[in-house]
Amino acid sequence: MLYREVGEFKTSYSEDSQTFPIRFDKYRYFFVLIVGLLFVPFVINDYWAGAVLLPFLIYSIAAIGLNILTGYCGQVSLGTGGFMAVGAYASYKLMTAFPDLNILFIIIISGFVTAIVGTLFGLPSLRIKGFYLAVATLAAQFFLIWLFNKVGWFYNYSASGMITSPSRSLGTFLITGPDATPAAQYLFCFLFVFLLAWVARNLTRGKIGRSWMAIRDMDIAAEIIGVNPLVAKLSAFAISSFYVGVAGALFFSVYLGAVEVTEAFSIQKSFIVLFMVIIGGLGSIFGSFAGAAFMVLLPVALKNLLVLQFGWPVDIAAHLEFIIIGGLIVFFLIVEPHGLAQLWNLLKQKLRLWPFPY
Amino acid sequence: MSADFLYTIEVILNGLMAGVLYALVALGFVLIFKASGIFNYAQGVMALFAALTLVGLQEGRVPFAHLINAVFGTHVHNFEWTLPALAAIILTVFVMILFAICVEKLILKHLVNQEPIILFMATIGLAYFMEGFGDLMWGSDVKKLNVGLPQGGSFWFEDLTIGWAAEGEKFYGMYVDVLDVWAAIIAVVLVLVLTIFSQYTKSGRALRAVADDHQAALSVGISLRMIWVLVWSISGFVALVAGMMWGAKSGVQFSLSLIALKALPVLMLGGFTSIPGAIVGGLIIGAGEKLFEFFVGGFIGGATENWFAYVLALLFLVFRPQGLFGEKIIERV
Repeated sequence: MLYREVGEFKTSYSEDSQTFPIRFDKYRYFFVLIVGLLFVPFVINDYWAGAVLLPFLIYSIAAIGLNILTGYCGQVSLGTGGFMAVGAYASYKLMTAFPDLNILFIIIISGFVTAIVGTLFGLPSLRIKGFYLAVATLAAQFFLIWLFNKVGWFYNYSASGMITSPSRSLGTFLITGPDATPAAQYLFCFLFVFLLAWVARNLTRGKIGRSWMAIRDMDIAAEIIGVNPLVAKLSAFAISSFYVGVAGALFFSVYLGAVEVTEAFSIQKSFIVLFMVIIGGLGSIFGSFAGAAFMVLLPVALKNLLVLQFGWPVDIAAHLEFIIIGGLIVFFLIVEPHGLAQLWNLLKQKLRLWPFPY
Repeated sequence: MSADFLYTIEVILNGLMAGVLYALVALGFVLIFKASGIFNYAQGVMALFAALTLVGLQEGRVPFAHLINAVFGTHVHNFEWTLPALAAIILTVFVMILFAICVEKLILKHLVNQEPIILFMATIGLAYFMEGFGDLMWGSDVKKLNVGLPQGGSFWFEDLTIGWAAEGEKFYGMYVDVLDVWAAIIAVVLVLVLTIFSQYTKSGRALRAVADDHQAALSVGISLRMIWVLVWSISGFVALVAGMMWGAKSGVQFSLSLIALKALPVLMLGGFTSIPGAIVGGLIIGAGEKLFEFFVGGFIGGATENWFAYVLALLFLVFRPQGLFGEKIIERV
């Protein structure tokens, strides 16, 4: 009843292509923003920031990045973990080499560094397609992790081989380091998520986004109608890697604080982000958020339920967690292969006609 | 012959042996990919699960013992009996067939006509599930697998080669693991059996027909679902053989499932649709990565085996995008 436009009265293209055509959606969007900005920072505590909110926000950025590459441009990548590691190590090197540089710039420059690396590893995509490419991106994953693990320069020759993020602040608020408050970290990540999601949404409905989708749907046909596959594919790799790199930098400097590369950015990370994209919905910004929320909340919820509520031994709970996550993934793919975003769209279609569907 | 040359030969030889094991895993991938177009990431976990089941049956462990103990407060561990290796292997084959039927009934049936990436993700989900399920069923401790294959170095070969080095040079003979030799022999036999099966039996012909053209195969009355069960069973069997070899070598544990990652570059190199490609690719990767580690690895920090195979396959693909023996990719608008 409340959720509808009254007929199709659009008279301009800009009206036709707006992100939230229904007023209710627009209000909901602003509501989420206001709650996120003005309410959450005052009630946030260490547990919620560490277990739920920070990983959710950071994984959202990574998922949007991978969604640009896989969902919009159709190039499956299994190297996300490796590219996140590039972002993390770039931010570490920048933080230690330029102590006066603002953390904001550090994160952004790390994104650009990752974009360059991502473009390099994206070059084979001009020749290789489909699953061959997916396996080829694993080369990036394994090579980069090995590089950061073996070459001392990247971790400043520290004895443990770990990298630890020094304390940096934005204005008067500490963002990184052990003394940072969860509220400041949360707001810092929120800022990045908001900006990057906004940019992604507008990129994907503009010229460049359309060229990506043309490549995804059929690259030869796209080439014939005048899309340059070199530009389209490499720009998708660059922008996607930028997002993933920012996510990796935040993941290391803000969220974890100290990182051992073979553990934090292993191939499991690549799969987790890919799951987020697939479960959330390929080619949907909202889907990236939904997928990230799902994959972050599920293990937390399972752990709370099995270990804290039922009091089961931790190892059984861990095994059951694998079983349940795997089962749910298969279940979701069977029920709705196009992800949570598609379910959400169906719900909206139903809502538009509710309560008189005829 | 100089000792350096002999060392190189030794490295190549051991690399080829390892390559045979990679090829075994890759073979399971190829079979499923050919018959159903599914890129089965769960192949490595299938090998782990098969090896776990084999050990569990052989030692007479109680399945889900840990879970049962936690829920009912009992203390069950083992049955009173142990099984001979052969009986356990046969039982495990049946378990893998059961697994294939379950996969077809519960997953594949519902995902017909979906995009390849969706099917790929489903197999990753399956891999997660099997990882948890296998550990829950048989416990997550490292298990020793002994199916009666000989282990250790071959003294005969060492003694044979010790005299090859030039006068005055130190050379202690080549080290070759007997288990690896057995693995190679078994792999060759397995490939021969598979070839005979697909060339001379009725279901083998149906299998090739499906691999060739799904729709044409359907129209002449071949049941696709039957074929899928068949091909997943065969891959399950191949996974069992691979799991047995790797398990006997390094114990049955979680890291066994990571051999899937070793098999992927083999697939790229050989092509996703070619059985000889899987073998040749496995041999090239096996020898290549050991040689690279031997000659270059020492200078740049070692442990290059993790990525060298991928980079090699990647460089190779840039020149031949469908792999060594893959079907030529023809694209039309």
